[in-house]
Amino acid sequence: MVSTAAADNPWFSWSYVTENADVLWARTTEHALLTVEAVAIAALVAIPLGLLASRVRWLAGPLLGTAAILYTVPSLALFAILAPIMGIGRQPVLLGLVLYALLVILRNTVTGLDGVDPAAVDAARGVGHGPLQVLARVRLPNALPSIMAGLRLATVTTVALVTVGVVVGYGGLGQLMFQGFRNNFYRAEIMTATIACVLLALVLDLVLWAAGRALTPWLRGRSA
Amino acid sequence: MSAAATGPVTMAQDTGVVSQAIAYLNDPLSWTGPGGILELGREHLALTAAAVLVAAAVALPVGAWLGHGRRGGGVTVWLTNASRAVPTLGIILLLATAGLFGDGATVVAAALFAAPVLLVNTYEGVRGADPSARDAAVGLGMPGRQVLTRVELPLATGLVAAGVRTAVVQVSATVPLAALAGGGGLGQIIALGMGTQRYGQVLAGGVLVAALALVLDGVFAVVQRLVTPAPLRASARR
Repeated sequence: MVSTAAADNPWFSWSYVTENADVLWARTTEHALLTVEAVAIAALVAIPLGLLASRVRWLAGPLLGTAAILYTVPSLALFAILAPIMGIGRQPVLLGLVLYALLVILRNTVTGLDGVDPAAVDAARGVGHGPLQVLARVRLPNALPSIMAGLRLATVTTVALVTVGVVVGYGGLGQLMFQGFRNNFYRAEIMTATIACVLLALVLDLVLWAAGRALTPWLRGRSA
Repeated sequence: MSAAATGPVTMAQDTGVVSQAIAYLNDPLSWTGPGGILELGREHLALTAAAVLVAAAVALPVGAWLGHGRRGGGVTVWLTNASRAVPTLGIILLLATAGLFGDGATVVAAALFAAPVLLVNTYEGVRGADPSARDAAVGLGMPGRQVLTRVELPLATGLVAAGVRTAVVQVSATVPLAALAGGGGLGQIIALGMGTQRYGQVLAGGVLVAALALVLDGVFAVVQRLVTPAPLRASARR
C-alpha cells in the first residue's frame, strides 16, 4: 500500500502531515488523554473489586460475569445507548471506554491474586504480618505482573476503541478518519490517522511495559 | 411515559429519548417492510456468517498446520496482539476509499479482525493436545495427517469452538461499524438516527445491536459446550 495509486489521491503524503501537524497533534493528545483517563478510572474501580473478589469468593462469579456481559456489548452499541441519555460528546465515550476496560483489568487482578504462592503468604503470616501487610508486601507485589499485563491489554484495546466514538461525535483520531472519508475519500488523512492510532497504542504500551519493569525489579533477568 | 398515543406520534422535542426509543421499537412499521429491523437483522446475520466463514476458511487450516508442526507460535501471538491496536474503523474507511464498498467490504474487514482469534485458538488447541495421546497415535503407526485429524483436532475442539464464539460476537460488533461507510445491517439504524438527529432511534439501534451480540454469545456458548467432549469441558475455558 504505497502511493502508486492515482496521483491526486495518494495513500500517504508527507505534505498532509506537515500542513496539518496542529490538528493531528490536537487530535492525538485528545485521543491519548481520553485513553489514559478511561484506563485510570477503570483501574481504580477494577483493582479494588479484584481484591474484594479474591477475598469474598462468591462475589468473583457475579462480578466477572457482569463485566463479561458489558464487554460483549459492541462498543458502537454502547456509545449509541449512552450518548442519547448522557448527551452527545466526551462523557458517553469516556464511560463506555471505562466499562470496556473493566473486564480485562478485573480478570487479570483476580488471576494474579489467585496465582500467588500460598507458601509465600503462609511465610508472611508466620513472621507476624497482619492481613493488610500480607496484602501490601506479598500478595499485591506477586500479582503485579498479571495486573500490569491487564493494564497494557486494556490500554491498547482502548486506543483502538476511541475511534468508534466518532459515531457520537467524539472519536479523537477517529474524527480525522471519518472527516477524510467524507471529504472526497481523502486517503492520506484516513491513513495518517490510522497510523497515528497504532503508534499511540505502541507508545502507551511501551510506557506501561517500562513502568511494569520499574515496579518489579526482582523479576529482571528472568523472561519478560 | 404519558405517551398514550392518540393520533399520530409527532417527534415532540420534549419527549425523552427513552420513550422515543420505546415508541420506535413498538411501531410495527419499524420492524417490517423494506429497511425494517427484521430485514436489517437478517442482513446483519448473513454478513456475520459470511465474515466468520471467510475468516475460518483461512485461519483454521493455517492454525492447525502451524500447531501440528509447533511452528510460528510467536508470530501467531504477535499477530493477535497487534490486531488489537489497529482501529477497525480506519481499515473499513480505507477499504471504502480503495473502491471496496458495501457488503463485500464489510465481510472483508470483519473477517480480517476475526481471523487472528480463530488462528491463535486453533494453534493453541492443536499444539496443546496431550503429548501422551499424540505419542500413542504415532506409536500406533499413524501418519502425521491422521495424528492431526484423529487426535489433535478432536482434542482441540473446545478451544476452536471458544475461538468461533469470540469471532462471531466480535464480527457482529464490527458489522455495524461498516454502516458508517454505507454497509448494511442493524448499524444503519444508528447511523441514520445520528444523521437525522433522532436520538431515540440511535438508542433503539444500540439496544438492538447489543441484544443481538448477547444472544449470539449465549447461543454459541451452548454450541461450544455441546461440541466439547465431556472430559475436556473444564479445561476448555479461556
